[in-house]
Amino acid sequence: MIQDIDIKELRNLIATIKEIYRYDFSNYAISSFKRRILRILELYKISGVEELITKIKTNRMFLEEVIKEITVNTTEMFRDPSMWRTLRETILPQFKNNNTIRIWHAACSSGEEVYSMGILLKEAGLSEKTSIFASDINEDVLKTAKQGIYPTRTLELNMSNYERFAGIGKLSDYYKLIDNNEKYVFDKSILKNVMFRTHDLVLDESFSKFDIILCRNVMIYFNFELQDKVVQLFENSLFTGGYLVLGSKETIAWCKSAKSFSVVNVEDKIYKKIG
Amino acid sequence: MQNIDFTKYRVVVIGGSAGSFPVITKILGMLNSDFPLPILLCLHRLKHIRNGFVEALNIKSNIHVIEPEDKTMIKSGFAYLAPSNYHLTIEIGNYISLTTEELINFSRPSIDLSFDSASYVYKDRLIGIILSGANKDGAKGMCRIKSRGGLSIIQDPVEASVKTMPESVLSICKPDMVLKTDGIIELLNKIKK
Repeated sequence: MIQDIDIKELRNLIATIKEIYRYDFSNYAISSFKRRILRILELYKISGVEELITKIKTNRMFLEEVIKEITVNTTEMFRDPSMWRTLRETILPQFKNNNTIRIWHAACSSGEEVYSMGILLKEAGLSEKTSIFASDINEDVLKTAKQGIYPTRTLELNMSNYERFAGIGKLSDYYKLIDNNEKYVFDKSILKNVMFRTHDLVLDESFSKFDIILCRNVMIYFNFELQDKVVQLFENSLFTGGYLVLGSKETIAWCKSAKSFSVVNVEDKIYKKIG
Repeated sequence: MQNIDFTKYRVVVIGGSAGSFPVITKILGMLNSDFPLPILLCLHRLKHIRNGFVEALNIKSNIHVIEPEDKTMIKSGFAYLAPSNYHLTIEIGNYISLTTEELINFSRPSIDLSFDSASYVYKDRLIGIILSGANKDGAKGMCRIKSRGGLSIIQDPVEASVKTMPESVLSICKPDMVLKTDGIIELLNKIKK
């Protein structure tokens, strides 16, 4: 097993990916990026960064697999149930009289939070007037998100989160077990007003305006500079009075755009775009 | 102990699991209130209990215990507790980076990951301490600290209420010191900046 990678080798790798494929990882937090690469070398039994670069150069499909592994896809339904309760009880009611509610799940990964939102909106009777955009850099995880099929081993955690979210039904109202109970699939009606699209937070521009943007546990993998840039992108993509929701240990406090937001809920990391 | 340079260290990192809570509480309560180094605490904890733990530690602590946010600068006078369901790692530049990477040794936070990343940044200026615990998380990280020249300490398995964690360190490398809780406190209180 390779114990360590030289930072210079990482720079070469990043430069190669940028040059050929226009993905830019140069402002990812370096130590977690290094761990992702070490993990990839181990997973694919590759001897070192040099060999990885050679494989990437000649094989776009492989590059996409690498991208999927670099971006951490840990997610769960109703992660941090208190945040979802706050959305239901304090945030969404403010849009009750709007004709439309526009929500963006930025870097939605395999979609667990998109389904969580879909269920929340359905239970609140707001599905019909809501449009959800769910984006990720990686097409493969978006495919999973569209299918809504997850391994049954994730069910216990998702059910317990839903219970702590205190939804009005049971999580099992929304899915059925398939493949000898090895997987479960969510009811397609939850996705009725959801549009999926690829979007790269690093290089792509704002593509629309939203009332609520969720981007949870994504910016922790970026350095200060990139965090700044992405928060700016979110600011440009929110209507005034719109909300930005981050992971429970993320903050925009150090970003230049922080002055354009007020803190709505410090525990749940909900920010509001002001003036 | 006479060979230790008590002025060279920058950070203390402590890992523990089952049976470590009373030990941590005692250490934090008996440290000098002007203890000169930041402390990183990586303790296995229940995933869905987000609050309460940090308060419980603070009640008797002489050092202010906080659950840091991502990219918090590390400062003396604070003990930084790894939040539940996040790994706590150190980035070059002396700040904390939280991540949601995969579980390691069935754990998030993982002690191995915290120890390894801290020792990568602080090298021989790091003190690592492994306390009581029921799995082997932390053993590799502890040995990594030792191989990078840091000071490696385990709680004496004779005293630890669950021996697995300190013993699993012993099974892969020889830590610099095996100490009981009082010995750990005595050593830490000799540290100067």
